[in-house]
Amino acid sequence: MSYTIEGNTGTWEIVVGLEVHAQVISKSKLFSGASTLFGGEPNSHVSLIDAGFPGMLPVINQACVEQAVRTGLGLKARINLESRFDRKNYFYADLPTGYQISQFEHPIIGTGVVQIELSDGSTRDIGITRLHLEQDAGKLMHDQDPKRSFVDLNRAGVALMEIVSEPDIRSPEEAGAYVRKLRQILRYLGTCDGNMEEGSMRADVNVSVRKSASEPFRTRCEIKNVNSIRFVMQAIEIEAARQIEIWESGGEVDQETRLFDPHKGETRSLRSKEDAHDYRYFPDPDLLPLVIEQSWVDQIKQTLPELPDEKRVRFQQDYGITAYDAGVLVAEQTTADFYEKVAKGRDGKSAAAWVTGDFFAALNRTGKSIEESPVSADNLGAMLDLIADGTINGKIAKEVLEDMFETGEAPLTIVDRKGLRQVTDTGAIEAAADDIISKNGDKVAEYKGGKDKLFGFFVGQMMKATGGKANPAIVNDILRKKLDG
Amino acid sequence: MLTDLTIAQAAEGLRKKEFSAVELTTAHTDAVEALNGRVNAYITVTSDKALEAAKNADITLAAGEAPTLTGIPLGIKDLFCTNGVRTTAASKIIGNFVPPYESTVTAKLLENGAIFLGKTNLDEFAMGSGNLTSAFGSVENPWHRKDDASVLVPGGSSGGSAAAVAARMAMGATGTDTGGSIRQPAAYCGIVGLKPTYGRCSRWGTIAFASSLDQAGPMTRSVEDAAIMLSAMAGADPKDSTCATVAVPDYRAACGRSLKGLRVGIPAEYRAPGMSEEILAVWQKGIDMLREAGCEIVDVSLPHTKYGLATYYIIAPAECSSNLARYDGVRFGERAEGATSLDDLYEKTRHNGFGEEVRRRILMGTYVLSAGYYDAYYLKAQKVRTLIQRDFTQAFEKVDVLLTPTAPTAAFARDEKPEDPVQMYLNDIFTVPASMAGQPAMSVPVALDDKGLPLGLQLIGKHFDEETIIAVGSALEKAAGFTARPDLRAGVSA
Repeated sequence: MSYTIEGNTGTWEIVVGLEVHAQVISKSKLFSGASTLFGGEPNSHVSLIDAGFPGMLPVINQACVEQAVRTGLGLKARINLESRFDRKNYFYADLPTGYQISQFEHPIIGTGVVQIELSDGSTRDIGITRLHLEQDAGKLMHDQDPKRSFVDLNRAGVALMEIVSEPDIRSPEEAGAYVRKLRQILRYLGTCDGNMEEGSMRADVNVSVRKSASEPFRTRCEIKNVNSIRFVMQAIEIEAARQIEIWESGGEVDQETRLFDPHKGETRSLRSKEDAHDYRYFPDPDLLPLVIEQSWVDQIKQTLPELPDEKRVRFQQDYGITAYDAGVLVAEQTTADFYEKVAKGRDGKSAAAWVTGDFFAALNRTGKSIEESPVSADNLGAMLDLIADGTINGKIAKEVLEDMFETGEAPLTIVDRKGLRQVTDTGAIEAAADDIISKNGDKVAEYKGGKDKLFGFFVGQMMKATGGKANPAIVNDILRKKLDG
Repeated sequence: MLTDLTIAQAAEGLRKKEFSAVELTTAHTDAVEALNGRVNAYITVTSDKALEAAKNADITLAAGEAPTLTGIPLGIKDLFCTNGVRTTAASKIIGNFVPPYESTVTAKLLENGAIFLGKTNLDEFAMGSGNLTSAFGSVENPWHRKDDASVLVPGGSSGGSAAAVAARMAMGATGTDTGGSIRQPAAYCGIVGLKPTYGRCSRWGTIAFASSLDQAGPMTRSVEDAAIMLSAMAGADPKDSTCATVAVPDYRAACGRSLKGLRVGIPAEYRAPGMSEEILAVWQKGIDMLREAGCEIVDVSLPHTKYGLATYYIIAPAECSSNLARYDGVRFGERAEGATSLDDLYEKTRHNGFGEEVRRRILMGTYVLSAGYYDAYYLKAQKVRTLIQRDFTQAFEKVDVLLTPTAPTAAFARDEKPEDPVQMYLNDIFTVPASMAGQPAMSVPVALDDKGLPLGLQLIGKHFDEETIIAVGSALEKAAGFTARPDLRAGVSA
């Protein structure tokens, strides 16, 4: 699906590359034993190492390395058995040592690929250039005091994975799909919670525009620290429009770092190339090169979960459901697991319809997540069984599901408590049919006169008479016999 | 006199109850009190703590099974963080810093029963060769030329430690060596200074100058004492990734070991042009002594030696420019008043807090790492460093140990300090290459020059083979019979 912008001088294409910073799920920081818990009192999770005390030295946290390798495997990327940590030197009040330890020249993960799905059902591959580990900085608080700023180092030293994409993205939609997909993979792997509100995932967006796909890349601008998927998409749109306007008015886009202001709907210059930092990268002399064993990588590979792409394909095959339903069901691992429990040994299509339909609707209505659902997968499955064996019909099932959401009870308990068992006694149904036919002579005449649609009216009357409990198939059968016969 | 004993002698005396740890410590705290006003070897004196520790040492000694250094009073270079005791790095910028932690090396010494007399003076952040850059004033070398009252420098950067040990204001002291900061002051003050293999002693809790070079080591009045102290200081540390996980031998056992058949290399390139005849003569004397002791003397070549100093003065400042960035006025030290922006705060604080030499090296380091110059300077220096390391590897295929002079001259006078900083850097010309390659090296005093000043010879060993340099050093020490003492010392009025 091609996305282009019509300018005054013709059609423009946008070129986007993303650098996503994903906070590693780990108990302790990248180079210290301090806790990584979110939301503690300021400076309550800070070790002497994070605070850059004299004589303190970093020691690599193996759990964070394992998470990076896991992520690399999940992104089908090359795992570099030898990588290195460099120092990125710059002064800022939230950076206690005056340098950030990051992998500049030799990252732990090399090239990989992420497949994205677009709204028209097509897929595209977005290349991953690299993934490297680095420390997060602290946080400055400017709103606590009229004259002073305060520093909170709780986040300082927390491990981040910087995942850099190739400039393969060609539309805001693709950018959104890419971030969503990346987040999905990270969550499946358990390496990042992907929580953009808490800042555990944020993106730097590199945008440029060009006249045609054959033209080389033009100057790009980097939009720093965008913290939602919606903003990523908006920022690209706005920045591309800004650049096109500059080019079309005969100007030149400056390479610079910009900021996205969602309130004003604009990007603003943060710093230009001229006053860009000279980070003076060099190998961190406090750390030895990071060397890992292929056997360890293989071990980690054994523990990888089934990832969303594979799961989606399998769901379609195993359960005969549509690509769309499969996509919805694998979006979150918990949903996929829930669905599989419901579908196992049952009709997969019907299970998918109930999970994505009434069940999701009820979750939405009650504002509950799937983990908090009062209806367990086992109970939902049991309800499907009741439909299948004719104990209840589909209409009654909706009522039973509502009750299950309120009480958390097993479906059969509810059916029995409320007396909702389907009526399959043909004698009773025949009696009811006779009664309705005799009371509605005019309608019977109309029906026989060719007004077929009235059949539905008789079914409705039957259901009303039996409190909805009549087996619809039997009802249909008997009515046809009596009306047509 | 108790202050004249070596550590080995004192440890024996304590066990034989010839004197108590309190008596031994008091003799030293008295010496510090009497002499420090002039020598200025200590920035911070902790006599009360020392005497308290001495009382405990006597209890431990009485109970038997006391570790080797129990009751031995030492000086600690003020670059080692000491729990609850001010640690300054001789800089104004952290002049009031009191660490809430103990460096691994000093913690090991304390576990071994050592008593700390105080924190010894140094060049600011260990940058200097004459102890002339301390924010707490210069150290006076306890030695003086015959018939010349000039105040001499003790060498740098561990000049405070060297002077304290030479003047009997401590039985031994810790030093740190980045490009020669243990060996050169040891030579200037007539004591033994041992820089272990890089990675032998933990750097955790030692204020960093240049991380890939810094190494802690002992400064003592005998090779045996250096061996005793090193055994206590060395060892693996999970808190320092660059600290080696190799077992620590009993270094003392290497003293007096036979040198029969040992091959001693004499590197041609250390015969620098313009070197004094006296230094050359002492070197020859050392060669003769080792041949006498059964060593085979082998000429070797370390062809990249001439690039050592230049390379060092790129790599060490590069690392220091980064290591010292944390002293920015935000968390430590005196924050400059009247700053108008964050950048202004950094500039003012760092300008006021750092001395001239530290500022010079930070600027050099920043320059060589900056984007346009990185390849031409830093990267090139790293390549040359590899060649220097290869020189040593190749030399050690032929020999077991190298013998060279420690410094190109004897101690110089404060007012003879070269105006040109590059001239000053030449003091490290013989010590820097071993540092660049991470080799262990030791300076042993062997003679006095014609002005009565001590001269040292340097032994450079294979990686993690401190035992051989201790064995050779102890033979050299025995053959030289160096018994001269400085005129300024405990028991002699200042």
